[in-house]
This record gives sequence, C-alpha cells and structure tokens, in this order.
Amino acid sequence: MATVAEMDTLNLAREAMAPRRPRGVSASFKRFFGTPLNALITLACLWLIYRLVTSAWGWLVTRAIVEGGPQACKGGSGACWPFLGAKLRFMIFGFYPYAEHWRPALALALFLGAIILSMMPRFWGRWLVWLWIAVPLACGVLMYGGVLGLPVVTTTNWGGLPLSFMLSFVGLALGFPLGVVLALARSSKLPAIQVIAIIFIEVIRGVPLVSILFMASVMLPLFMPDGVTVDKLLRAQVAIIIFAGAYIAETVRGGLQAVPKGQHEAAAALGLGYWLSMRKIILPQALKIVIPPLVNIFIGFFQDTTLVTIIGLLDFLDTVRASLRDPEWQGIAVIEGYVFAAVVYAVFSYSIGSYSRFLERRLKTDHDRSPGH
Amino acid sequence: MASSTSSPLRLLYDVRVRAVLYQVVAVALVIGIGLYLFGNVSRKLAEQNIATGFAYLDRPAGFVISQSFIAYESSDTYARALLVGIFNTIWVSVFAVTLSTILGLIVGIARLSRNPMLSLLALLYVEALRNVPLLLYLFLWYALIVAVFPPAREAWQPLPDVYLSNGGLIVPSLRWSQAHSGVLLAVLAGIILAFVVAGMLRRRRVATGRDQAAWPFVLLALLAPPLLAMLLLQPDLVVNWPQKGRFRITGGVQVTPEFTALLMGLSLSASAGIAEIVRAGILSVGRGQWEAARAVGLRDRQTMRLVVLPQALRVIVPPLTSSYLSTFKNSSLAIAIGYPDLVMVSNTTMNQTGQAIEGIAIFMLVYLGMSITISLFMNWYNARVALVER
Repeated sequence: MATVAEMDTLNLAREAMAPRRPRGVSASFKRFFGTPLNALITLACLWLIYRLVTSAWGWLVTRAIVEGGPQACKGGSGACWPFLGAKLRFMIFGFYPYAEHWRPALALALFLGAIILSMMPRFWGRWLVWLWIAVPLACGVLMYGGVLGLPVVTTTNWGGLPLSFMLSFVGLALGFPLGVVLALARSSKLPAIQVIAIIFIEVIRGVPLVSILFMASVMLPLFMPDGVTVDKLLRAQVAIIIFAGAYIAETVRGGLQAVPKGQHEAAAALGLGYWLSMRKIILPQALKIVIPPLVNIFIGFFQDTTLVTIIGLLDFLDTVRASLRDPEWQGIAVIEGYVFAAVVYAVFSYSIGSYSRFLERRLKTDHDRSPGH
Repeated sequence: MASSTSSPLRLLYDVRVRAVLYQVVAVALVIGIGLYLFGNVSRKLAEQNIATGFAYLDRPAGFVISQSFIAYESSDTYARALLVGIFNTIWVSVFAVTLSTILGLIVGIARLSRNPMLSLLALLYVEALRNVPLLLYLFLWYALIVAVFPPAREAWQPLPDVYLSNGGLIVPSLRWSQAHSGVLLAVLAGIILAFVVAGMLRRRRVATGRDQAAWPFVLLALLAPPLLAMLLLQPDLVVNWPQKGRFRITGGVQVTPEFTALLMGLSLSASAGIAEIVRAGILSVGRGQWEAARAVGLRDRQTMRLVVLPQALRVIVPPLTSSYLSTFKNSSLAIAIGYPDLVMVSNTTMNQTGQAIEGIAIFMLVYLGMSITISLFMNWYNARVALVER
C-alpha cells in the first residue's frame, strides 16, 4: 500500500504531466501581467505604442497642412499634404512628357495586373508564359512609342516608378537564366567550367553593387567597339542583371544540392544524358525548392534598384529627391517626401514578402514532410 | 569499337572527349572575349589620350577629406587619400557591425518574448526596417539630422565644451602621443588576457568541480595591463578644447552628421536582419532541450546561456557572416550622403585624374580582399562552434 507521501508524489507527477492549457481571461492576463517585470514591460510597450500613434496622428492629421502652397507649409509643424498633391505625378513618372503620362500609367497597370494574376494559384498554367511575353512587350512599346502614332519618348526621359519596376523586373527576368546557367556551371564536374563560374560568382558577390554600377557606367563605354554607344539606362540594367545573376546562382545551387543523390542516379539509370536529366528531373525539383528564397531576393533587388540614383538615373527615389530640391519647395517638405517614398516601397516589399510566406506554405508538398526525408 | 576510330566525328560521342572539348571551348571563349574587350579599351584609351598605369598614386591629391582617421593633408598623395578612404570604410563598418549585432540580439530575443506586446513591437521594428531601402533611410536620417540640429552659430551645449549642431557632435579630444598608443595597446592586451584567464578558470572548474567566483581574477586581468602602462608611460593629458568661431567650430574631435547618418542607417537595417537570424537560430533548438535544462534545475537565463545559445550559434553563424559581409559592402552607399569612404575618395580621384579603370580596379580589389578576409575569419569561427561529429 502506498504511503501518503508516495501518493502525494504521484499526484504531483500526474499534475505536472497533464498538458497545461491557458484558460480564458486569467491566462491572457497572465501573459501580459504575470510577473512584475512582465507587467512593467507591457506598460512600457503600451506607453511607447501610445506615443507613436499619437505623434503620427498629430503629424499626419491634426497638425497637418491640407490646403495652400509652399508658404502655408513653411510655418506649420505637421505634414504638408499640398506637396504630395503638387508633386505626385512627377514623383511617379519623372520627366516623362506630361501629356503622355497615360502611357506609363497604363504600362504600370498592365504590369501590376499581370503580377497579381500570376500570384493567384487558380491562374497558374501554361498561358502565363504567353502573358509574360506579351505584357513586357506591350509595356516597352507603350513606354518607348514610335508605333501606332505614339510619339517616341527616349529612355533619357523615363523615370519614377515605371523605371524602378523595369530595372528590378528585367534584372530578375534576365538574371534568372544567367543564374541557372552559372549554378549548373558551378556544380559541374568539369574543372575549367567550374573555376570560371566560381570566379565570376565570387567576384560579383564580393564587391558592392555600387562598384558594379560604377563599372557599368564608366567602363562599359570603353569596352565597346568604336561607334557603339550604350544607353545609360541599359548600362545600369546590364549591371543589375549581372549582379542578380550571381546571387540567383548561389540560391539555385542551394536548390541543386538539396535534390537527393538518388534522383541523379535514377535519371542516369533511365539512360538520360546530362541535359535531359537536368531539364526533366533535377531542375524542376531544385527550382521548386528555391522559389520562396527567390521571391525574397526579388524584394532585395527591388530595394537595391534605388542605388542607380548614385550613377544619375531617375528612379523613384531620385524623382522624390528631385521634388524635394525643387526651388519652390526646397527645405519645406523633406520628411514628407521621404516618408511617402518609404510607404510606397514598404507596401510593395511587404506584399511580396507575405506572398513569399504564402508560397512557402503552399509549395510544401506532403512528401517533404514524410519521415526520412 | 573499331568504328569509333575510323571517323573523327564519332569521337564526339565519347563523354570524356566531349568533357575536354566543352572545357576548351569555354576557356577559349572567356579568353577571346577578354582579349577583344582589352583591345577595345586600349585603342579607346590611346585615342582619347588617357594615361594608364598607377603612377598617379604618387602625385599630390589636392583635395580635402572631411573626416580622416590617420593624418592627412590635401598635399598628400592619392595613395594616402585612398588609405584614408579605406580606414573610413573599415571604421564605420566595424561600428555598424558591433551595434547591429547588439541591437539584433535584443530585438531577436524580444521577438520570441512570451509577452505579446513586446513581440509585436519587435515585429514592427523588423518589418519597418526590412521593407524600406537602406538608401532611403540614409537620406532620411541625414535629412533629419540636418533639419533637427541648429547651425554651428547657435550650436547646443548639452555639457560645457560639448557642441551639438548640424555640423555634427564636437567633443574635446586628447592630443595623441606615443604614450597613448602604448596605453591603447595595453587595453587590448588586458582584454585578451581576461579571455585567457576566464578560459583557464573555466577549465579548472570543469576539472576540479569546485565552483569558485571567477570574476575578481578576470577583472584583475582586464585592468592590470592598462593601469601598469599608465604608471610606466605616464601619458600627459593635453586636451584639445573646441573653439566656437563665427561660422564653424574648430578643435576637438568631430563626429560628422554624415558618419552618424551612415552608422544609424547601416546598423539599424542590419539589426533587423540579424534579429530574424537570431530568432530562427533560437527556434531551431528543440523544445526538448529547454525541458531537459529545466529538468536538471537550470534557471531560464542559465538555460539560454548554457544550453540554447551554444546550439543556436551553429545555425546563426553562417547567415550572420553574410549579414556582416553585406553591411561592409553596403557601407559603400556612403557616397550618396557624402561620407568620405573608399568609393567616394576613389570617385574624386577618378574625376581628377580621368583614370577610371585603375580607380575602379583598386576599390574592387580592396573590397574583394576584405570580403574574403571576413569570410575566412567567420568560417574559422563557424568551424569552432559547429557540431563536432564523431
């Protein structure tokens, strides 16, 4: 027969082993105010959030200047909304001819529409390939003109959001095949090809993007044969493609390494050669693994396109800065301009980021979770 | 087979032959493109009468650098100016990496806090920093510093002889001498000695099993060398007081707004990434480890320090390395707000001499060299913390 003490230990053990579930109000109260330190942290956080919200509200709404021109904003201590109203179109479209603004606007709408369509799983299919051939072409025609009675607008007049999107999208679209080729070369068994790929990838990844942009803008014209001039925008685009290629190559290589060795062996056993086994067996699996990290890389590139400001291209950040330097508004709405630009970048980056998390969950097929994998 | 030798084309079906062929073609292609580009460059340079070679490095630079870590006059050579740039790059990177690691560690742990308020705030911090380009933040911090602080004439004086204006923070400085360098070296020696002593004491505690307070010995090891150096070298304390003039403040040591904005931008952005790395690392340590640590009677903080962090480090170190590398490379954005780092000094040099290829080659090589050094060091550290499988 068990003694009282033994019974007690048994009860204690049973109690400890039973799963503890937080129940109702008292549990959530405990999470906020469980210990004195926890209560202190909660109060400090509440105070901080309160301060943040009230000062943002005061700046954006109660103290804001809603009407008038630069003079009205000069004395005020709140956000200067008229600045945004007056400069919005310039910030978005840059020096694109004012009368033709509908063209970049339409191109932007087409591009964003195509992106939203391709993000939805229910539209996934072969036709997306055709969509992504047609949409960039249409955007290019709209932006440049020269056909259908549209006046030509040279790339020197391009700027703002369409330029930022173009640099990052084309950078990824052309950097991706380059990256896949580099990744295959780096994991190749042929030493010469492997060495070339390693040197290329590591040199590009070892230096800052600024230096590659500098190289493209200063040195590329010297590399070209006589009589060939390369457009400034194209030079920056080439730099971004090369940069993107090197980073994508490393991501794809990670995917290639994650494909189990048995897949290579199975492909070889079926008698498939290198190219066929890569195309049909290895790459489809490797690329599926790296889709989420690739989306994250895309967010990075979208933000990195801001660096073209340094070599004098008018991307979105630069059109915002140009608006701030406008003699009429100089020194009046500096913070407003940057906050607006930050909000625009944050909205796009955050939505791509949440989409990446969604993809990660969606692409996780059952066999990934099976034991022994 | 007999037929494979009869026709040279049949050789192509041999995998080994094809492997050699592919490699020869690839190498020939690379060399060919290289030679072609080199030919174009040398012809164009000759046409445009641009000098080549690195002789310009010995000529006087003739431009002023607003912040320099080593002695520099505008009459010094280009080589020295570039060295100033290199030191400025390293200076800001080291500060940014240190600050971002501390901030990232705090925010990463806050993200995992059981208090929903705290983890929400940490999440907001991370998202706000990760979704906005670093360059935009640099411009914003710089604009804020210039807008919020008054011009030098009306500089604030939070303490006597400390000036805060839109020209930066100015504090009194010591006139540097050999003796000061000696004391600095002694401080470094003290830090190293403290680590050595701590390691020795830990080994002895493990060997003997006796728990003994270690901190007095560590403190002694830390403080003894600098104190000894102070006594022996007797550095004289000549203070360089800042003088307020009509337009600017001279003397003292100046922390420029460019440096501050760059440091803020780099370390805040990097800290958001590091917070995520730390969080992922801690989450990678299984719940069983926490429960086991609690079962053997460790407190929460001991569990973190002795059980969880050492295991999390294995997951943390590789991505942390790339975070450090990108902070170091991102310091090149300095040129956008006018902090005289390597890229900015090179750019001025290129504009003055017209020798773009050499200028770009120098700074690319320096970045490449330093990137490789950082990765080698971090790989060594990673090998130390990595799981040793037997």
